[in-house]
Amino acid sequence: MDVTAEAKQIMVQALGKMYSSRSQRGGLRLHRSLLLTLVMKSARDIYHSARLMSEKSGQSVTEESTSHTQEPMDTSSSTATPLRETSGQSSEDGQRSGLEGHPHPLNPAADKENCSPSRPDRHSRKRRSKTATDSDFIPCKKAKLECAEVRGVLQNSSANCGRALDSLSLVPMPRTIVTF
Amino acid sequence: MEDSRNTSGFLRDHNYSTEADIISTVEFNPSGELLATGDKGGRVVVFQREQESKNQPHRRGEYNVYSTFQSHEPEFDYLKSLEIEEKINKIRWLPQQNAAYFLLSTNDKTVKLWKISERDKRPEGYNLKDEDGRVRDPATITTLRVPVLQPMDLMVEASARRVFCNAHAYHINSISINSDGQTFMSTDDLRINLWNLEVTDSSFNMVDMKPVNMEDLTEVITNAEFHPQHCNTFAYSSSKGSIRLCDMRDAALCDKHSKFFEEPEDPSNRSFFSEIISSISDVKFSHSGRYLMTRDYLTVKVWDLNMESKPLETYQVHDYLRGKLCSLYENDCIFDKFECVWNGSDSVIMTGSYNNFFRMFDRNTKRDVTLEASRENSKPRAVLKPRRVCVGGKRRKDEISVDSLDFSKKILHTGWHPSENIIAVAATNNLYIFQDKIN
Repeated sequence: MDVTAEAKQIMVQALGKMYSSRSQRGGLRLHRSLLLTLVMKSARDIYHSARLMSEKSGQSVTEESTSHTQEPMDTSSSTATPLRETSGQSSEDGQRSGLEGHPHPLNPAADKENCSPSRPDRHSRKRRSKTATDSDFIPCKKAKLECAEVRGVLQNSSANCGRALDSLSLVPMPRTIVTF
Repeated sequence: MEDSRNTSGFLRDHNYSTEADIISTVEFNPSGELLATGDKGGRVVVFQREQESKNQPHRRGEYNVYSTFQSHEPEFDYLKSLEIEEKINKIRWLPQQNAAYFLLSTNDKTVKLWKISERDKRPEGYNLKDEDGRVRDPATITTLRVPVLQPMDLMVEASARRVFCNAHAYHINSISINSDGQTFMSTDDLRINLWNLEVTDSSFNMVDMKPVNMEDLTEVITNAEFHPQHCNTFAYSSSKGSIRLCDMRDAALCDKHSKFFEEPEDPSNRSFFSEIISSISDVKFSHSGRYLMTRDYLTVKVWDLNMESKPLETYQVHDYLRGKLCSLYENDCIFDKFECVWNGSDSVIMTGSYNNFFRMFDRNTKRDVTLEASRENSKPRAVLKPRRVCVGGKRRKDEISVDSLDFSKKILHTGWHPSENIIAVAATNNLYIFQDKIN
């Protein structure tokens, strides 16, 4: 499973780079963020198609290893839902990765717990607001931590604190993650 | 092959590199008399070529520091809670119109027009103040005299004449001066704005690539340049590896290109990193205006403006890195933005690589050479020795293997004198100037 391991490594690194670029001087670089998003997308496509290949050949060993890898995989943006599927949905999962998203036809009830709240427009594949996909979305926690750190820095500095703090809480991170 | 003279002309000759001293841009002025460098600390250092003199023939044409000034300072954007780096991204010289020199320098957000002028005389003999500047007691003044200009030690002054700011929401990556001498454009990731050099409070947007929904973003602008002769034409490159040529006469908003240059991707070369390595990091018109040169991570391409389907020529800069993309992605080197330059006659192109190597390609003879910019190899008047990278198998004596390359030593910025064979190579915080001497 070289390809899936490599793909996963690339995705994890991309995420790491994106988070570290938030604290970089000069702010987020759009070009770099875009390239990282594209790399993640490539890696994710290859990861899914490689998983699909292996699952079609019916290797149970592969499923075991990939279910373990779902933990870090859950940190990726719009594929959070498909990846949280139970192993019984494996073939559905593989199909979904290749197509535009659509609601599960099979046992939706079993997945309600893990699914994001009601998604009537799931097929549009637009990324939902942060609150909808929050829960134990690890990146979100880290972002808040960084906000708090920055806030601390602002409070300590002699800069225009009041307005800066106000705008900080409202500033959305540029959403350059491209959905497909 | 080529005579060289090492002029590490920075004021601070440190052995350790402070980040502020890292050179971020290099540019000769149109006559080649001046060479400007910008660094990460927001400073601009201008070198001037010495006049050739019969008394000191061995110092003929050496570049010495002419002026140093702080162009940009770090700033804080309170609205977005972001620090704005003072790093100089680009410097472009204006054509010379009088005794003073003018250049545009830019950081991520603000473009400034600087005037560099000489002062070698000062007025002396004022009536109301004495030579030290102290005001004289009017009661002691009994005669009137006319102040006269007296010679003084040459002083080179730099003053900011215009500041063009608040026009870019994203980071400025390039500036280009129009051949009309009156306008220039500044380019960020998504927009290209046109300015008049005299007007700082307004600019015109020419290209806007921002999608309605930022989540739909797939492409950003990486560079833009005006055509050297046609004041209505400019080109801009994208992160997808394409170049668009635009005609400003078509419409006020140049979102529709008049030409689109893109080479179809070779499917056999497809990898995780195909998008990153196809992103164009520099675009330069040839001096003739007939060709365009683009640099992406592994190649330099020369395009004929009349042929959009594929480049005229493709040169491999360091193809041995193709198998190392994963490691280069890990250490962030894959995001390095290399620049490229033409020589005066458009017959040779040059670009940088790693390990302080830089490459030159002769378009006519199809020969290429790899040279190294380092103190050890560049004693004054020494001849630069071509370097070779061993790509596999048995390494010859003077070759270097790919794994031994130092990826922290990268040559991103180079310059070529507009008419002579003099090149400037920036290696981190050192500047090397090499000359071809015909004895």
